Amino acid sequence: MSDEAVRMTTNGASRSFSPAPLDRSRGLGDFVPAPDDDVLVCRCEEVTKGDIRRAVHDGMYTMTEVRRYLRVGMGLCQGQSCTKLVRRIMAAELGVSPAALDAETSRAPMRPVEMRVLGNEEAAGGADAR
Amino acid sequence: MTDTRTEGVEALGGTADVIVVGAGVIGCATAYNLALRGRSVVVLERDESIGNGGSSRNGGGVRQSGRDARELPLAMYAVEHLWPSLSEELGADVEYVKKGNLRLGKTEHHLEVLQGLAKTGREHGLDMRMLSTDEVRELNPFLSDEVIGASWCPTDGHANPLRTTLAFYRRARALGVRFVTGVDVLGVRTVRGRARQVVTSVGVFEGDEIVLAAGLGTRRLAASVGIDVPMRGLLIEALVTEAEPRMFPQMLGTADADFYGHQTAHGSFVFGGDSGLEESNGYAGGVPTASITAPAICRSIMKYVPRLADAKIVRTWAGWEDECADGVPVISTVDEVPGLTLACAFTGHGFGISPIVGRLVAELCCGEKTTLDVTAFRYDRFRAWA
Repeated sequence: MSDEAVRMTTNGASRSFSPAPLDRSRGLGDFVPAPDDDVLVCRCEEVTKGDIRRAVHDGMYTMTEVRRYLRVGMGLCQGQSCTKLVRRIMAAELGVSPAALDAETSRAPMRPVEMRVLGNEEAAGGADAR
Repeated sequence: MTDTRTEGVEALGGTADVIVVGAGVIGCATAYNLALRGRSVVVLERDESIGNGGSSRNGGGVRQSGRDARELPLAMYAVEHLWPSLSEELGADVEYVKKGNLRLGKTEHHLEVLQGLAKTGREHGLDMRMLSTDEVRELNPFLSDEVIGASWCPTDGHANPLRTTLAFYRRARALGVRFVTGVDVLGVRTVRGRARQVVTSVGVFEGDEIVLAAGLGTRRLAASVGIDVPMRGLLIEALVTEAEPRMFPQMLGTADADFYGHQTAHGSFVFGGDSGLEESNGYAGGVPTASITAPAICRSIMKYVPRLADAKIVRTWAGWEDECADGVPVISTVDEVPGLTLACAFTGHGFGISPIVGRLVAELCCGEKTTLDVTAFRYDRFRAWA
């Protein structure tokens, strides 16, 4: 590809979100066990502080990856209780500011909803409407 | 012009035997297989997170039934030789379950469709047959009375796509593969007629071989060296319930293709499906869910599995499929551009074959004889109709 083509592609690219580049081959050093590693952080999925710290050393560098790797924040409360704690633990382990980590994804529905309710087609005023 | 994002960031760049673009399940599995062959590898990923495209958004099917005849040998090989030992091989539980796939029918027309699928499967050596109403009930007592029959492939199954993708990543990284995330890949540059350089927002990466495994993004990147792969994006959606008591281990699908899904190791049910409005849902980009879709999926599920009406939906999400013009992927070297290998256009069924695709792409890259014939997946198979 010519330099001109590269420039054109650069200018043509439009993305709303631009993450910071991260070279993951730079090591974090060895995992060092800590006395509070067995503290429960995500109560829904029973994930401890040590689990999260170890996951970072396994290469899970973002909130999204740790969530998918350990299920932290994927339980019934959908991370409403533990997300801030997880963020702080990850940031400390990675040596970055908590704000530098990716924002957690909020997904519909806001509260767990039964299939029969979510799938209800009745219009307001119908037999099942309240 | 200064790019504020890379301002102050030292130029990355570097060289390796192979540069892989895309850290989805295909890119990670390819990197892992290359590392096993002693190659040095750099994997470049646009997203901040590994596997944040279709790799972590699919329904987790490890399915042979219903596949295109060209793709079936890959699925059958993966199920027979790779999936059963994958957790052990990668040192992480990928939650593979091989308990069969029931494709359900509610009408005579459905049963005809299913008979056709079963026949195609059998013609290619797949153990697949039709089940009577009673036989279906026996296998799965939770199905509604509307279900009058099903096709049955006992060797199909499911796995956890999130864990599988990250397991390939983790193992590849442990074997020395260098992963760089959050980089915009701008294009491929040839040097003396060979694909050699990958130009990115943070610097140039050079390799003897370049693999493009960037899903839909592959089309733009291949175009930078004059190659086109006819595929388009299709935004589809899925949902997950809270953990439910253990109900059934089979993967479910329907003749109507109105939903598919299974109960995970965690106990939750993951279902995918559509509303019929998918063509327009993704018009503004991103990965939005449409408020109309999850309710439609719920209604379909309840007709087949009434017991789930009280299961609570905790999350919904969407993901892009890289839908190929002829429905099967491109897994191919490129005659006009030596040194370039394409692995894309998996059309929503790449996860189940990812372990074998990773090996095949590594073999293509290394000039080895491939484990399976891949000529059906060549990039130059597409023909205009006039």
